[in-house]
Amino acid sequence: MLGNSILLAFREIRRNVLRSFLTILGIVIGVAAVIIMVTIGGGATVQVSQQISNLGSNLLMVTPGKRLGPGQTSETVPFKTSDVEAIARDVSSIAAVAPVSSRSLQAVAGNSNWSTTVTGTETSYFKVTKRSIRSGRTFSESELRSGAAVCILGDTVRRKLFGNQDPLGEKIRLEKLSCTVIGLMEPKGQSTMGTDQDDLVVIPLRTLQRRVTGSTNIGLIQVSVRDGASTEKVQKEIVQLMRERRHLAPDEDDNFNVMDMKEITKMLTGTTQLLTALLSAVAAVSLLVGGIGIMNIMLVSVTERTHEIGIRLAIGALEREVLMQFLVEAVVLSSFGGLLGIVLALAGSVWLSGLLRVPFVFNAGIVMIAFLFSAAVGVIFGYFPALKAARLDPIVALRHE
Amino acid sequence: MKDLSGHPLIVLKGVTKIFGEGQAAVEALRGVDLRIDTGEFVAVMGPSGSGKSTCMNIVGCLDTPTAGSYLFKGIDVGQLSRNSRALLRRHYQGFVFQGFNLLNRTSALENVELPLIYRGISAAQRKEQALRALETVGLKGWERLTPGELSGGMQQRVAIARAIVTGPTVLLADEPTGNLDTARSREIMDLLTLLNRDSGITIIMVTHEPDMATYARRIIHFLDGTVALDEKTGGEN
Repeated sequence: MLGNSILLAFREIRRNVLRSFLTILGIVIGVAAVIIMVTIGGGATVQVSQQISNLGSNLLMVTPGKRLGPGQTSETVPFKTSDVEAIARDVSSIAAVAPVSSRSLQAVAGNSNWSTTVTGTETSYFKVTKRSIRSGRTFSESELRSGAAVCILGDTVRRKLFGNQDPLGEKIRLEKLSCTVIGLMEPKGQSTMGTDQDDLVVIPLRTLQRRVTGSTNIGLIQVSVRDGASTEKVQKEIVQLMRERRHLAPDEDDNFNVMDMKEITKMLTGTTQLLTALLSAVAAVSLLVGGIGIMNIMLVSVTERTHEIGIRLAIGALEREVLMQFLVEAVVLSSFGGLLGIVLALAGSVWLSGLLRVPFVFNAGIVMIAFLFSAAVGVIFGYFPALKAARLDPIVALRHE
Repeated sequence: MKDLSGHPLIVLKGVTKIFGEGQAAVEALRGVDLRIDTGEFVAVMGPSGSGKSTCMNIVGCLDTPTAGSYLFKGIDVGQLSRNSRALLRRHYQGFVFQGFNLLNRTSALENVELPLIYRGISAAQRKEQALRALETVGLKGWERLTPGELSGGMQQRVAIARAIVTGPTVLLADEPTGNLDTARSREIMDLLTLLNRDSGITIIMVTHEPDMATYARRIIHFLDGTVALDEKTGGEN
């Protein structure tokens, strides 16, 4: 009997190509959307964790301001050079400390100009951030102390301003500051957040403070922990030191923040996962809408096909045979839609992951879930209209034109 | 004439059918007694509302009597479930309707195959039987066309092929010529006569055209829910 129902269902599908196509369209789109969202989201999460592990887990970031929830603000007490010196002097087990202050500026060289980030820091910056000098040199002690007009270029800035020319010894202008290029950094490529890590100009901190920002504030302090030492211990020591230096009472919250890469990792992967979940929810809604589409078409087609059901019943079809035919039709359509959606989704995911430069992570679980959902939609939404159809009195159904 | 089971084909005893309830109740059949044997060619006539269609529906196992009994081959159809009645239709009865009732966008061949699918007959045998039935009704070579591509007379022939493809005991025809012109009607009647004579299929046909009724060998006149006249005729053949 099942064989007959399958045969009849396929004849129906073939007989109504357009209706069948419309029926599965919703499911195809829904299934494809869910799978693409989850696959790309998963790829992004993997990429974030990979890049963070490349950065190393021994990096601590000290930022001013309270740790706040979303939407909260507070006055921040900025860091000074003395804070950096105190950390370097009093905290044990640290490999390097670098003050970092940045400003977005237009860099000009000859006829070319390029909007970039200018970072004022010290030589330790290159050690902390694991950057190396490809050619030229880093800052000398006297340049750092005097705030000399010298700079080291990231690869992107070099390319944008000088193209194929050798920039060493050339001058570039950063707002009112004209400085000599003394070194070039090794390229680092894209960062976790998708920003270009080579799009920067490094100048001595004092130069930035005096000639660009005009204040002695320091935006953030980066600390790298000595190999083998406990990051948490160093973190605690820094917190202790900063609290003392800022004369915070025991019941006051920290008005600064020491984050290690693990926390940053958690935060970033948390964000990508949240985004994935959000997009998946949207995609799930579209899958549901697709399901409702199937239900509607099944309901309408039962109404439209009442006459045909009457013919079938009159020539001796049993209630359960008509039921089975509709059920098989719905299951075949939604499974086919599901499969088509999966194929579309995999092709789309491969293409999109290439475009967005995230790794393609095949998630068998979501493919299974999406397929089972589409099949279930077929069974559920196919069953009830079919039941309605099969219960019809043949005489009544036949009168229906 | 009795069939092999020893029972007459169709026996109606005091069949009453009431539609609706209470004040709105309409008595469509008021105690119909009727016996039709295997091999007969019966025309059922009567004005609209006389109960002839209701009676046909009961004989065709599409409906059950409110009171009285209907025995088909000795089986009390009134006591059967919906499914059992469907099985009786599937195995013993063929239907031809005034409006043809073919599946649109489906070839003549597939339309004729339909009852065989419900009987669970293999694909090869199904096709062979369906082609033979189409040949019997004179539609050899037309099997690939859909009802929309066929004339009314041809569509009715497809419907007859579908009704006889299972080799039914009885063919029930509800105004089979109602939608056809005289020439086409005569062709259909000749075909029915042929089927009755050569294949021994019992034919019960509802009509209100006296011309068509003359093809039958027995005419039953309905009036106000009862059998008013039951006459034997010679038939045209």
